[in-house]
Amino acid sequence: MLDRIISEAPRFFTYYNMVFLLEAMGRTLLMTLIGVSLGFVLGFMLDFARRTPGRAWLPLRLAATLYVETFRRIPFLVILFIVLFAIQGFRFSVSLFGVAMIAICVISSAFCAEIIRAGFDSIHQTQWDTAAVMNFGRLQTLRHVVLPQAWRVILPPAFAFMVMFIKDTALASQLGVVELTFAGKVLSTRGFSAILVFGTVLVLYFVLSYPLSRLGGWLERRLAPSRGR
Amino acid sequence: MPHLAVADLTATYPGTDKPVLENVSLEVAKGEIVSLIGPSGSGKSTLLRVLVGLLPPTSGSVRIDGEAIDYTSRRSLKSARDRLAIVFQQYNLFQNMTALGNVTIAPIRIKGWRRPEVEADAARLLAKVGLADKHASYPDQLSGGQQQRVAIARALALKPEILLLDEVTSALDPELVGEVLDTIRVLAADGMTMLIVSHEMGFVREVSSRVVMMDQGSIVETGPPAQVFDAPVTARAREFVSRILRH
Amino acid sequence: MTYTFQWGEALKHLPYLLGGAWLSLVLAFLGFWGGALIGLFGAVGKVYGGRLIYRIVDVYVVFFTNTPALVQIFFLFYALPEVGILLSPFTAVLIGLVLNSGAYLTEIQRAGFTSVRQTEIEAAEVLGMSLAQIVRYVIVPHIAKTLYAPLSSFYIWLVLGTSMAAIFGVEELTGRAINISSTNFRTIEVFSVTALIYIAITILASAVLALIGRYAFRVRAKIF
Repeated sequence: MLDRIISEAPRFFTYYNMVFLLEAMGRTLLMTLIGVSLGFVLGFMLDFARRTPGRAWLPLRLAATLYVETFRRIPFLVILFIVLFAIQGFRFSVSLFGVAMIAICVISSAFCAEIIRAGFDSIHQTQWDTAAVMNFGRLQTLRHVVLPQAWRVILPPAFAFMVMFIKDTALASQLGVVELTFAGKVLSTRGFSAILVFGTVLVLYFVLSYPLSRLGGWLERRLAPSRGR
Repeated sequence: MPHLAVADLTATYPGTDKPVLENVSLEVAKGEIVSLIGPSGSGKSTLLRVLVGLLPPTSGSVRIDGEAIDYTSRRSLKSARDRLAIVFQQYNLFQNMTALGNVTIAPIRIKGWRRPEVEADAARLLAKVGLADKHASYPDQLSGGQQQRVAIARALALKPEILLLDEVTSALDPELVGEVLDTIRVLAADGMTMLIVSHEMGFVREVSSRVVMMDQGSIVETGPPAQVFDAPVTARAREFVSRILRH
Repeated sequence: MTYTFQWGEALKHLPYLLGGAWLSLVLAFLGFWGGALIGLFGAVGKVYGGRLIYRIVDVYVVFFTNTPALVQIFFLFYALPEVGILLSPFTAVLIGLVLNSGAYLTEIQRAGFTSVRQTEIEAAEVLGMSLAQIVRYVIVPHIAKTLYAPLSSFYIWLVLGTSMAAIFGVEELTGRAINISSTNFRTIEVFSVTALIYIAITILASAVLALIGRYAFRVRAKIF
């Protein structure tokens, strides 16, 4: 086996193949970054919707809660299929990359909403009350008081979540989006040793994920004993 | 005309039937210091929370200088909060800001006052509460008493007409109580209108122009400190006074 | 907007899909307990083992938690035959899931071990508790409390993760959904029903875990 790998290696590690893999790796990273950024924006809005006061906003609160609970309980692969076939069924023209992005954002917004919720829940209601009696508006309280405290709680799990998403985007290969896993499948069908191809792909995923994992762990230790009572 | 006039105020916590405040009526004249005393759960702190709009009243009225506050109207509530300030038992400093930041944030960001003047005023207030050297300290670097004094300076920075103090010494270690009470004495001497909830009976007796005793959401006795403490009229007041004097 | 829904087409296959859901749960169950066993050894090795064992376990955990399970299974399924090891799709997926959960459960269980403080065990000894009593009243409640929340969210994650098996042709819930939709072409309906079944089985799993938590370990657990 080792002989085959050694003899095949020079043919595999060519400039062309490496560029192909690195571009695919770039696409994996791009999907993750877009997914996590949009996910955070949407997740933030979902959390805001869940915190609206009074009876008038009850439908919005219920809808946001339903969204978050639902999409954290459906496998990413199934969401991918639903988005793909819904778009085809209604004859919208969206690229495969677009389909994958929609599916990613649907899921990531639900997960981000939970991370953000935990962050905001760590800020005691009295901070909101205190700001309110000083005539802070809700958004002003958020900007000046709550966010500067909550990010310490939000950031560490956000990194863990990003690592999870780097890994989950591998499923987008099923649609034919040319990301890292798909690139591996392409090279494998071109006859390269699967050990060589998927071994390399695993290493490349590791190169993407590991620094983020370490950063998240470091932040958790650093930010955990946060200020405050 | 009284500075603050509360009439027939009733309030209920959401999701409960029994009112926490029932037909409370109370007047505070300009420059007067009125203390609310009574057993815990009697509604003293709740009254302050209703006044600043953290719990909407179900009926009754609150007037400042004769002007009624409509707690359902954002504008009316905002103008009431401009004139009232509250200091909480747990200080509730913004944990992400220094002492100076806590004092200046609302005047600069909410009132839109000019930073140089606000900072000069904040420096004066922090000196007044004895924290001239703690501008750059974060809440977790300050003792409870120091945090509470920052909270008082923060409330004063908004130039309120009426100051509400909600058990400001209850969360403090005994040796830190004195410094906070000294700060309040200074304010009293300045002629600030104050409504104080306190368990420090000696202090209440010393600074108050009037004492109001509450029990189970209603006022049971009101009068000058000497009367309420030494010759209470109602049976419930007598019972409470004898209980606290035994300690 | 030319699509007309035909839910009957999907509901007709409900029993077939539920059979798939059963296989999903079986996969998750096997993956969980296989992983829990590895995780127990891993956690013990990391906490009580020497430097070398710590290093070995750490490399295993770090590798499996930082690479996609899907690609790991690709490796098992396509690469191992090159060295003469042929795995059935089911076996490849199961081994992949077990190795993955082993890595996560190592970390989760380690957190449980380190949550028990030596001082509390000493306090229990001073009170005259026997070893069995210490385990029953001090160690187990502590570990259960620390582990409960991460374990239940991990289990849900694992149930959802089993859908990957469909890619290798295993006929669990997602696999069966693909089968049906490729014959009747009512894809949206079939996958919507599939999604609802996933929601139902994960809520069921959460509820069972909450009951176990409440009655066996006195952990106040929320289902949502």
